[in-house]
Amino acid sequence: MIDSVDKLTQRTADLQGRTQAGTQILVSMGTCGVAAGAAPVLDALKSEIANRKLENAVKIVETGCMGLCHCEPSIEILDSESNKSFTYGKVKPEDAGKILDNLKDIAAGMTTVDRTWYYPELEENTENKIQARIVLKNSGRINPEILDDYLANDGYTALAKVLTKMQPQDVIDEITASGLRGRGGGGFPTGMKWSFAAAQKSDEKYMICNADEGDPGAFMDRAVLEGDPHAVLEAMAIAGYAIGANHGIIYIRAEYPLAIQRLQIAIAQAEEEGLLGDNIFGSGFNFKLELKYGAGAFVCGEETALIHSIEGKRGEPTFKPPFPAVSGLWKKPTIVNNVETYANVPAIIRRGAGWFKGIGTEKSAGTKVFALAGKVKDVGLVEVPMGTKLRDIIFGLGGGIEFDKKFKAVQTGGPSGGCIKADKLDTPIDYDNLIALGSMMGSGGMIVMDEDDCMVNIAKFFLEFTLDESCGKCTPCRVGNKRLYEMLEEICEGKGTMETLNKLRNLSHTIKDTALCGLGQTSPNPILSTMINFEDEYLAHVQNHSCPAGVCTKLITYEINDNCVGCTLCARNCPVDCISGERKGLHVIDQSKCIKCGVCYSACKFHAIDRK
Amino acid sequence: MSCCDCQGKGQEELNLIEQFPEKREQLEAYIESLDISDDREKNRGFLIQSLHKAQDIFGYLPLSVQLFVADKLKLHLSEVYGVISFYSYFTDKPVGKYKINVCTGTACFVKGAGAILEEFKRYLNIECGETSRDRKFSLGALRCVGACSLAPVVMVNEKVYGKVSTKMVPDIISECK
Amino acid sequence: MINLTINDTPVSVEENATILQAAAKIGIRIPTLCHFELDCFSIEHRTGSCRICVVEVEGRRNLAPACCTPVNEDMVVKTNTIRAINARRTMLDLILSDHPKECLTCEKNGDCELQNLASEMDLHHVMYEGEMSTYKIDLACNAIVRDLNKCIMCRRCETACNDVQTVGILSGVGRGFDAVVAPAAMMPLNETKCVFCGQCVAACPVGALTEQNNKYQVWQALNQKGKHVIVQTAPAVRVAIGEEFGMDPGSIATGKLVAGLRMLGFDKVFDTDFAADLTIMEETTELIERLTKNENLPILTSCCPGWVKFLEHQFPELVYMPSTAKSPQQMFGAIAKSYYAEKLGKKPEDIICVSVMPCLAKKYEASREEFAPEGVKDVDLVISTRELADMFKEAGIQLEKLEDKEYDNPLGESTGAAIIFGASGGVLEAALRTAADWLTGEDIKDIDFNAVRGLEGIKEATVNVAGTDVKVAVTSGLGNARKVLEKIQKGEAHYHAIEIMACPGGCLNGGGQPYNHGDSDILEKRKEAIYTADSDLPIRKSHENPHIKKLYDDYLEKPGSKLAHKLLHTHYTPRKNW
Repeated sequence: MIDSVDKLTQRTADLQGRTQAGTQILVSMGTCGVAAGAAPVLDALKSEIANRKLENAVKIVETGCMGLCHCEPSIEILDSESNKSFTYGKVKPEDAGKILDNLKDIAAGMTTVDRTWYYPELEENTENKIQARIVLKNSGRINPEILDDYLANDGYTALAKVLTKMQPQDVIDEITASGLRGRGGGGFPTGMKWSFAAAQKSDEKYMICNADEGDPGAFMDRAVLEGDPHAVLEAMAIAGYAIGANHGIIYIRAEYPLAIQRLQIAIAQAEEEGLLGDNIFGSGFNFKLELKYGAGAFVCGEETALIHSIEGKRGEPTFKPPFPAVSGLWKKPTIVNNVETYANVPAIIRRGAGWFKGIGTEKSAGTKVFALAGKVKDVGLVEVPMGTKLRDIIFGLGGGIEFDKKFKAVQTGGPSGGCIKADKLDTPIDYDNLIALGSMMGSGGMIVMDEDDCMVNIAKFFLEFTLDESCGKCTPCRVGNKRLYEMLEEICEGKGTMETLNKLRNLSHTIKDTALCGLGQTSPNPILSTMINFEDEYLAHVQNHSCPAGVCTKLITYEINDNCVGCTLCARNCPVDCISGERKGLHVIDQSKCIKCGVCYSACKFHAIDRK
Repeated sequence: MSCCDCQGKGQEELNLIEQFPEKREQLEAYIESLDISDDREKNRGFLIQSLHKAQDIFGYLPLSVQLFVADKLKLHLSEVYGVISFYSYFTDKPVGKYKINVCTGTACFVKGAGAILEEFKRYLNIECGETSRDRKFSLGALRCVGACSLAPVVMVNEKVYGKVSTKMVPDIISECK
Repeated sequence: MINLTINDTPVSVEENATILQAAAKIGIRIPTLCHFELDCFSIEHRTGSCRICVVEVEGRRNLAPACCTPVNEDMVVKTNTIRAINARRTMLDLILSDHPKECLTCEKNGDCELQNLASEMDLHHVMYEGEMSTYKIDLACNAIVRDLNKCIMCRRCETACNDVQTVGILSGVGRGFDAVVAPAAMMPLNETKCVFCGQCVAACPVGALTEQNNKYQVWQALNQKGKHVIVQTAPAVRVAIGEEFGMDPGSIATGKLVAGLRMLGFDKVFDTDFAADLTIMEETTELIERLTKNENLPILTSCCPGWVKFLEHQFPELVYMPSTAKSPQQMFGAIAKSYYAEKLGKKPEDIICVSVMPCLAKKYEASREEFAPEGVKDVDLVISTRELADMFKEAGIQLEKLEDKEYDNPLGESTGAAIIFGASGGVLEAALRTAADWLTGEDIKDIDFNAVRGLEGIKEATVNVAGTDVKVAVTSGLGNARKVLEKIQKGEAHYHAIEIMACPGGCLNGGGQPYNHGDSDILEKRKEAIYTADSDLPIRKSHENPHIKKLYDDYLEKPGSKLAHKLLHTHYTPRKNW
């Protein structure tokens, strides 16, 4: 039991002072690592170590996500003697021998990955790294299932400081001074939010963690929960102390089995050690935590809907006021923050508000984690200081556009956000700048699009998502979004007119102005931002009945031109067998059967297929 | 599997929960381990986790199972159905042995998930959200499995297929045996 | 008090007031649709979901729904800016884009709040047309028709069914564009524990929930050769039907109602009030018996078929509690097809018995198996107050202009005790009037039991009857009934007699009454009218009704006799709770 601060201090000191095995091999075992085949790599390394009887010299650490999705499975070699480290990507099980042969140096023939980040809590950014990892500090560095790993990295020292040296109001003041804003969407100042609930007198208050990450292109929260679950637990206890809540609930997606498992382990460990439960550190403060599961409803990211879901109801938002801070779960004062917001809290307490405020921009302090995906070369999880330019993320960290195609747009904020085009790539990212660009921070999805993406189709994609996820309560979202979607369909099928564009724009504005909750109020953003930034594409669909990117199937045809050498590759690849022709003879596409999937177009090596 | 396609007819479906007494007991034991009282509001707080458990046990949530949960939690059947029909994770229809889910998150979408989904529909001759007549395949779309680097991604039960192309669709199907 | 300005006019209202209420105070009616309130029962449905009532509030990013936005000090509200008007019109446009445009043939034509809005807001064409919802119309039960194609997701029915009545069969189902309000698994109502109280119908602003229309069958009956067609009118009908003909709420239209029915062609126009007096004879006998033996208490009233069905489904272990006396409607039918038929020298099957009821559950009640001895239904057809008004209109009968007429006899004479059946508390008061006389053997003059009158949901009183303290409770609205029943089950409350009515306020607010559109005033006036009618009548005690006395003398012998039991009593059946 760590039932006093002294015991924690001792434990931390012991852990930090312990002698490490000569070499540590960190294997990234997050969901994406596992999906890419990390498990066989881990097994191969383990058996190779056993074969060589290196168990004492080489220690394997199964970590959460390192963020290097583009080159999973990835491993990091840490040598304690030389204090050197290097990271391999795209590791195969058969590489195990080679890796163990060369523990001090980079093995030949391996893909290495440069570290593009620094840790603001531990070091200065002497090498001008683009990334600054606060939230992801431990992800990929510790074994999330071992409490000592967290403790060795100053885990729970922030909670100890808060409970023994600070009054609740001091905590709120510190968070307020740090400038931390909610990382889940709108960017509401976290300290101010807490102060509303702290001001309420009530026999019971609730601290909720929104881990129902539903943005269809974002997985930051999952990475944190899988990689560093104790950080969230510690932060929730701190927040609970600040507002006077003894009860915390983590509302997590049922589709995140690994994260759930790691949280369960972490909660059990913390309870066992007395870091959660009654009289934490002998301070008299009690805090217990439980998990509640989501069941597949994006709208439950909205706090009133989330609360209804915990209460076992349909996840429909309700009108505010009353705000949850006044009347939330079971009508008691309740604060809902998302995972990433919480993950910042222990560092702020450890290093102080001033330190945190020094990172990022004046109005948006700290860092933001983005899930960088889409048409970039290096897909992954990145954490950058607020104010970093989009260009640095996409071209610096993302390595530019796949296949060296032309950048067209980057979409941030998921279904609530918008598309930003090339001329705005040098905008420093923060809450306010993104809103000014017609997008928003959202939870942190960042999807890059290239010249092959049709922006009307992209808008339609997001609307389809909203349509699927609308709770159906208020008129603008239930019916309005349906109508927006239908108009986009018309446009993509070449049936739209200038009148359609007008109606689309007007209705979008009205929905923003009238919808009940954040989901509805932001649902037209993908349309409005693409209409402003890519008006020419809309006009092409409407006036010329053509899709410049060649995506909208109703507006394109594939035809074989004279370049055809009769290699039959296209015919063999066609899923509906609609291409005929003799070997070495000109092939023909049967337009009545063609489903316009474009397989032939990408298969042909002779530029013999035209897309019109 | 015992129950036929008798959706909406509670009477005929009652068999299902009676047919599997050991499953019923398992669910009953779980619900009774919760802090159930006469307070319907508080009981409702246990509804979603009870439904998760029930779906784990029975595979889906036919009306008979819904009724069982409703009775145990002292809730109206309509409340339970209202919740099931709201959350996409719950289903009141039987699912196939192989649950094929095409990720249609944004990253997968821009990399051609739509065409892959179409291809599965064509091969399996079912729509998204449906189960094949022989109960072998269910086809669905899901939003972001978090393996964006492998986009487009298809999941078959727990297995992840990355960088899927339309060409791979028949192979993925034939791997399900 | 909070001070604000609306359209440049200063107004001060109480804290917690909404913009809608503040605007009303200075004579601005902001249009609403999903919003529904009945102050007299503290029913408040404020989901802010239709967004018709949006207004501009200075300093606010988006528009605010007036129905649920509380006022703030120095708030500046503009209700009629072009931004607000356009948004409102767009909301209406969107609702209409998913709503059938068959207004001319809709059951709700003329009473539809959506139709009125479209007219007030001068909307002439729908701009955002697109796919419309398609649902099968639920025609399966004989009380309520559900046409979800017309549902606008205001959720008023859900509040009525779940929060007010706690019947609990309606819920939001599905989500997004496909969201709709329906029973579990989209079951038809007759497969659920719906009690057919019709409070959902009363709450529905459009034609998604309406009564099962039996008007045409009544027309057919009236024109059938060789049949003797009689009609009975429930107490609450006479104080409400006038509203449909421009008469003031609270007008007592008894004489005109009789005149109109005769003009429609009924062979005899009788009164359910006669049967209400008969009910009191039987029920009071049972009450006194249970009181004297001090067993099987409390006795619960059984006049209300919605309440009876609620008990059978949700409190099946209590089915022994209600009085076994049939409801007045069914007593009337039984007497009409026995005593009256014999008098007339007709076979029961040659008599068609039509009821006019403030109620939709009465349609269901008449179809219960036990009320069709030897296959002949005691009551053949039931129409609501609204349906009768429609028939009058169709026949060109201008009710308000008719000369008052008297009911026919022998089943038309009634007392003040019978008419108060139409208001919550009336049945119990009527029973107490008779019980007091019977137990003391005197003719007690002070017969106004004011403690059980009024629209409150739960009323309790201890009444001294012949030296004994009788503890009574009166509840209306099934949610209130549930509270009282749960207390009884837990042993927290002890009563001798309880009157329970399914609809809040009793039959005067029945599911078949003219729509009140959330106006509590109308209900208050109907209630006052009922008690006025009572005090205006020369005879105000059921047992003093001369035709009732004659019925017993000539036919039934005495209350509780063997024949009375056969004709006038019934039993209850536990039913499934879903």
